[in-house]
Amino acid sequence: MSDEIIRRDPRAEWIARNRLHPLHDAMQQAGAAETRGPSGLIRRNPHAVGFIGPNGIKRIDRMNGNGPAVGGRRSAGAAKEVELPLHKVENPDYYVVVVPDMVGGRLSGHDRDVIGQAHKLIREGEGAGAVLAVVFGEHREEAFDKAGVDRLLNITGEAFEGYTPELRVAALEQVEKEYAPKYWLLPDSVAAGFELGCRLAARIGERPATQAWQVSSEEAICRGAGGTTDITRKTPRLMLLAEECAEPIDETRHEVLPVELEASVSVQAVIQDCGQVAVDPNAIPLGEAEFILSAGNGVTDWNQFHQAAEALGATEGASRVAVDDGNMPRFRQVGATGTWVTARVYVAVGISGAVQHLQGIGQCDKVIAINTDVGCDMVKRAALSCIADSGEVMAELIRLANAYRQEVVENAA
Amino acid sequence: MQPDKQNANLRIAALVSVGKHPGSGRARRAEQDARAVEMGLAMAPQGLEVLHAGDPHAEALRAYAGMGLKKIRILQQGENADAVPALSQYLGESKPDIVLTGVRAESGESSGMMAYLLGEKLGMPVVTRIAEIVSIDNGQANLLQALPRGQRRALRVPLPFVASVDMAAAAPRQSAFGPASRAEMEAKKADVEVRDEVQASWSEAPARKRPKRLKVVKAKTAADRFKAATAKSSGDGGKVLRDKPASEMAQAVFDLLLEEGVIR
Ligand SMILES: Cc1cc2nc3c(=O)[nH]c(=O)nc-3n(C[C@H](O)[C@H](O)[C@H](O)COP(=O)(O)OP(=O)(O)OC[C@H]3O[C@@H](n4cnc5c(N)ncnc54)[C@H](O)[C@@H]3O)c2cc1C
Repeated sequence: MSDEIIRRDPRAEWIARNRLHPLHDAMQQAGAAETRGPSGLIRRNPHAVGFIGPNGIKRIDRMNGNGPAVGGRRSAGAAKEVELPLHKVENPDYYVVVVPDMVGGRLSGHDRDVIGQAHKLIREGEGAGAVLAVVFGEHREEAFDKAGVDRLLNITGEAFEGYTPELRVAALEQVEKEYAPKYWLLPDSVAAGFELGCRLAARIGERPATQAWQVSSEEAICRGAGGTTDITRKTPRLMLLAEECAEPIDETRHEVLPVELEASVSVQAVIQDCGQVAVDPNAIPLGEAEFILSAGNGVTDWNQFHQAAEALGATEGASRVAVDDGNMPRFRQVGATGTWVTARVYVAVGISGAVQHLQGIGQCDKVIAINTDVGCDMVKRAALSCIADSGEVMAELIRLANAYRQEVVENAA
Repeated sequence: MQPDKQNANLRIAALVSVGKHPGSGRARRAEQDARAVEMGLAMAPQGLEVLHAGDPHAEALRAYAGMGLKKIRILQQGENADAVPALSQYLGESKPDIVLTGVRAESGESSGMMAYLLGEKLGMPVVTRIAEIVSIDNGQANLLQALPRGQRRALRVPLPFVASVDMAAAAPRQSAFGPASRAEMEAKKADVEVRDEVQASWSEAPARKRPKRLKVVKAKTAADRFKAATAKSSGDGGKVLRDKPASEMAQAVFDLLLEEGVIR
């Protein structure tokens, strides 16, 4: 922290300006690298070049003009968090509606790409358009402004919880009526976007471009035939966009003004959601698992580890050392030579975080570390770290998970 | 095949298309469609009708027939015809209880719209990506839907309905040559044939390789660019809990897990 603060010495600066000051000559002599010698030649004093850096090592600053002021000391200051300019759309001429997936209640990378594409289409077209994002149910996203959302339509209510495609399509149909968007953009993803987009397309009678990966206001290039052909076509009104279709917004902030639907939506839904079925977490392929409890060399009680995984309902993973020692099977290994996992939540128990292991968890959202060593790389990577013995924490976790299950059962009864 | 699942008077239509091998590009039975046929065979071997709209002489259709079908019904139409009008016309008359399709075709536009368009035309509910039909009782079907990350969701839908079959469904049985060549290909000219005008204006080419997204560092000074290129990616430094009782730390971890919604 302290080395980012520029320390000025007002007295030294004042002496440097005031040629009549008794100390002026001495001060200038000490600091100047070049002086005119008695014979009129320029003399360089190499010892006077540069300054002493924060670590006591001499530094020569070659950034002209950016060097330290007389008496001042500046070190490479970290770039300050700059406030991005606010992009405002007062009275939008038209809307581009985006329906993000909101996996886990947050914007995914794919969602951001789609919003980026929406802004690209607005830039190419005429008039001022606004990006309207339609979000169903409660969300946990804080950075809608930085993702490029101008207007936010958050449709909440008990009826929208869970799997309610019919209701959602009815709501989108209402959006179509009230806002008459110029484009509909959805992510073409298994999460939700593909299904919702197709349903909406069939309902409002638009022919969508699917798996579109290069879209301008004139034409769209889409993958067809299971990804083996490219179809070039005129840009339709409704598009299901592939991942990385456009660059996400990163240089502006947006207003995120909340808007609402005038009419309320209700339908007689015939598809009944009976809830998610418990699947054996260990039957899920490691690369697909959503929640992984991973063990490393810091785990001693393996029975307890398996119990913890079962109690939490997590898929088991392991570091290479745990596998090499024969404590875990080979197909559970996470990392460069194992499986590259995509879990949303990854709990690393007693794993130091070697690069080979960190590579494998590069795509994980939230990493939790349980380790005795504060300085290890896994703790630096983690969003939450517990510096404690793995056995003790796991015992507590098992207790908490069981208590939670008990409570759920009691509440249900 | 579980016998209790076999419903004597259940009528299922499985829609099949000509698939395309992703490597060689050869015509084959489409993987998802074959799973739909398999599901139909397991549910109601007597009441299953396998339906194709297009060319009756396509060799790949024999691969479906080789799964033990007596007959494949073909609504014959030209290459550029839209399959939806012909199929919805036929299905509107034959009124099956369940219509099974694949999620996305392996050839053509492969937009995945078929199930939804049929559902809209026939006025049937559409369920997406089913992995299993568990049971049928009182005119309602209990289904398992495949979700990403190996999860399953239980759904209950009244008959009749349209369903698209996910890759997570039971793998299709092998296709045998003998039954394949014995099966009857019942071809009939489709009652309606609508040329796909929109598609005619498209241009199609082999898939180009997509450029990989590069990490662009937007830094103002050389020092910042250097740092971005060399610095270890070490998150934004998370919360560290230390010197606390284990129960307190475990509670913090558990709260985070609950907040993320991974504890079920
Ligand atoms: C070519 C190559 C490929 C590799 N590929 C992979 C790979 O794919 N996957 C992989 O994982 N590794 C891989 N490795 C190995 C990797 O370099 C590390 O050796 C390995 O990941 C370390 O595993 P670890 O973190 O479990 O063990 P350690 O490095 O021994 O770490 C153990 C950690 O547990 C902590 N600990 C100890 N006791 C306790 C306790 N009681 N409670 C809590 N914490 C405790 C320690 O503080 C330490 O941080 C590869 C290596 C090579 C050379």
